[in-house]
Amino acid sequence: MTRVRLRFTKLGKVRWTSHRDVARMWERAFRRVQLPLAYSEGFTPRPKVSFGLALPTGHESLAEYLDVELAGGDRGVELCGDVPALLGGLSDALPDGVDAVAAAALPAGAASLQEEVTSCTWQWVAVRAGRGRVDPGALAVSCEQLLADSTLVLTRSRKGREVTDDVREAVLDLRVLGAAGPPHAGGVRLQAELACRPRSLRPAELLAGLGAGGALEERDPRRLHQWISRDGARWEPLEAPSVATGAPPAPSERAS
Amino acid sequence: MTSLWPRIEPLLARVHKPARYIGCEDGATVPAHGPGRAAWLLVYPDAYEVGLPNQGLQILYELLNERGDAAAERSYAPWTDMEAEMRRAGVPLFSLETHRPAGSFDVLAFNLSAELVYTNVLNCIDLAGVDVHAGRRRPQDPLVVAGGHCTFNPEPLAEFVDAFVIGDGEEVVGEITEVVAAWKRSGRTEGSRRRVLRELATVGGVYVPSLYDVSYDGPRLVAVTPRYPDVPAVVEKRTVADLGAWPYPRRQLVPLTEVVHDRLNVEIFRGCTRGCRFCQAGMITRPVRERPASQVREMVRSGLDRTGYDEVSLTSLSSADFSGIDEVVSGIINDPACSGQVSVSLPSLRVDAFTVGVAAEIQKVRRTGLTFAPEGGTWRMRQVINKLIREEELYGAVEAAFSQGWHRLKLYFLTGLPTETEEDTLGIAELARNCAAVGRSHVRAPRVTASVGGFVPKPQTPFQWFRQDTVEELCAKVGLLRGATRGDPGVQLRWHDPRASVAEGIASRGDRRVGAVIEEVWRRGGTFQEWSEHFDLGRWTSAMDAHGLSLEWYVHRERPEDELLPWDHVSAGLHRDFLWQEWRDALAAAGTPDCRWTACYDCGACTGYGIEHVVASPLPPAGGSQGTGQDQSGGGSVPVELRPRAVGAASR
Repeated sequence: MTRVRLRFTKLGKVRWTSHRDVARMWERAFRRVQLPLAYSEGFTPRPKVSFGLALPTGHESLAEYLDVELAGGDRGVELCGDVPALLGGLSDALPDGVDAVAAAALPAGAASLQEEVTSCTWQWVAVRAGRGRVDPGALAVSCEQLLADSTLVLTRSRKGREVTDDVREAVLDLRVLGAAGPPHAGGVRLQAELACRPRSLRPAELLAGLGAGGALEERDPRRLHQWISRDGARWEPLEAPSVATGAPPAPSERAS
Repeated sequence: MTSLWPRIEPLLARVHKPARYIGCEDGATVPAHGPGRAAWLLVYPDAYEVGLPNQGLQILYELLNERGDAAAERSYAPWTDMEAEMRRAGVPLFSLETHRPAGSFDVLAFNLSAELVYTNVLNCIDLAGVDVHAGRRRPQDPLVVAGGHCTFNPEPLAEFVDAFVIGDGEEVVGEITEVVAAWKRSGRTEGSRRRVLRELATVGGVYVPSLYDVSYDGPRLVAVTPRYPDVPAVVEKRTVADLGAWPYPRRQLVPLTEVVHDRLNVEIFRGCTRGCRFCQAGMITRPVRERPASQVREMVRSGLDRTGYDEVSLTSLSSADFSGIDEVVSGIINDPACSGQVSVSLPSLRVDAFTVGVAAEIQKVRRTGLTFAPEGGTWRMRQVINKLIREEELYGAVEAAFSQGWHRLKLYFLTGLPTETEEDTLGIAELARNCAAVGRSHVRAPRVTASVGGFVPKPQTPFQWFRQDTVEELCAKVGLLRGATRGDPGVQLRWHDPRASVAEGIASRGDRRVGAVIEEVWRRGGTFQEWSEHFDLGRWTSAMDAHGLSLEWYVHRERPEDELLPWDHVSAGLHRDFLWQEWRDALAAAGTPDCRWTACYDCGACTGYGIEHVVASPLPPAGGSQGTGQDQSGGGSVPVELRPRAVGAASR
């Protein structure tokens, strides 16, 4: 049994599909490239594919992951041996904006994405509700203030219930990148690293804690990285190669 | 024409299921718009997830985009939340491929598969920025065209639609394109709209309602008369003689988000001559035209390869009737390329053990539920509707299903049928209970769902003269059935809202005057009437009152033989005396055989158009006596092995 980890993007119009939609796209793509999938037992066999953190509908990403289990036999291993061909075939079978960018076999017993990923880096544009300008300098001061504070109490909606808690520890980094260009001129581009444990903090939720001078709204949120942090080190589940055809990284070393 | 996308995208964060509005499906075409090409916007007037799988729309979409003089895009009715956002932001109805405004197209073409979508048609025209009244449109407005089964009574939408297409669209869509492309080149000047409509009326199968005068005597329709000598007095439907010449869709759309019937669909034949008297589809799509089996196999193989689907549905009005269906099915199941992970579904299963055998073969992979449609609760009732399934056949099929691992069965019934007595109604409950009892000898907790719909008489059928039941009558029948199924844990009763049947009745057999009612229901916010959360019969009845129209007259009244019916100037080829004879035979509970395998009784569908059945085998299918009422045991052996199966074996 071989488990393969894949890294992929979700960009453009396709960002309006849901996490479930993405799962079904992948199932069809795997069948189209005739990857020999392992199926679950039972009444309605499903391919064994597990996705990491759900990406909220409407968010883009450069760093989505899934683990897929291949049926025993050489074909899966052989396919994974030619990673560029595999990635190219999958990307062709996936919608525009969803591209497979890296793949590697996982060592036996490797932990799941859900267990491993600890934080994500996000980038987005903050705009003023009602079209007012956002001052980059003032927002930078708010960000510094937020990071200097020891608590950040937010009320968030979770599964239809309002939950109030201190999320300060979930904000690992927060910075203003500068004024945004069109189509969000007047807005400010932000970047943050937000923990996903014990519960994920989302960029839009963080904006509520930055709303000095009127409510801010999030535009074009995009996930840039998912991170695994352990023992003071931090790495990605799979690094995206700078050139698509480049040699895949050796995640087995990183994941161990 | 610029894309509206920058104005649409900000709305998407605020609506449910935004993927409905993005397009991007596999199989979608980047349209080649240009001055020499008629630009079609194909609109399905219901939610995306209902409309996307529609095969008719997908066939026309491909055919048009293959032409050098056309370009086609698609649109679906925006859900109520999106509509509100669009109206607030001033965003018109848009196409999914390039997000262009609907008003910039040459043709808005609606697919009419059900009458309750009529208010959505008006809403979509209005959202396009076009006047809903055909007579008030400006020279530069698109032509509003409609096709689909409902156009066999076009009159309720006659005020709103410029031209209707009656029958199969494959050929006529090209002929319309030529007329429209010429109109486009002419610059759509003042007066050209009248000329293009006149020209369209001379295309076979096209009905232009504004070119007919309609006269009434009180409530009674007296005449529908063409205004010009070159406009046909009766518009005959179009029929594609050979389905094999049209292997479409070649590139079925694969949606990115969940839709109904989310699988590969391959149409294996068109038309049905079982002759069920309530069934409009079976009457208006005659004769039977089978697709060659080799083409079916090719379409399945290439479709699965291209889409990545793991399920294929072999569609038709009665798929088990396809000549050699068992060989086609086992060919798919045993195709090594499918590696045992492909399941096949046959909608509209016939009720017999042979069919269950085929179903057992194809659902090796995923054995979910089986559905049968006896439609009537007693043998007498089934003779009236000409659905000649004997009780033994039903129980044989049910026995076969439970013994081969199914645990759940669904039975479809109609109530409110002609001559229906209390005994007939209660027969539904009895059949369902007996099926559950058969199930108990095979599985521990069999589940039989009896799904009951209130019958709505449809135009161009033998029941077009029949008086539809009132809400009270239907509710009483549902009440009887609830009482009769209550004590049985194996039977679950489901029923269609009787109030929706009344609204459907208004729209199904209405004349032009009903258009005002549809408009009023729409203006009062009555869109998505197929959806129970948006349906309100009160809107319909108060609109009928407001326009002085009687529910009694339009819905709950039996029509005499000599009454001019609102759709009599549209022809499905069926002789009126054939339909009338069928109606009399129904009242006498006398059946009519299937003409595929017995002598022609000249209904008109073949003889009138010089076409005939296209079937690979002149013999009736094995075990398939249903619908013929004859002993056809010689028609083929029943290759079904009834193997006992360990209880619960399939539910591991």
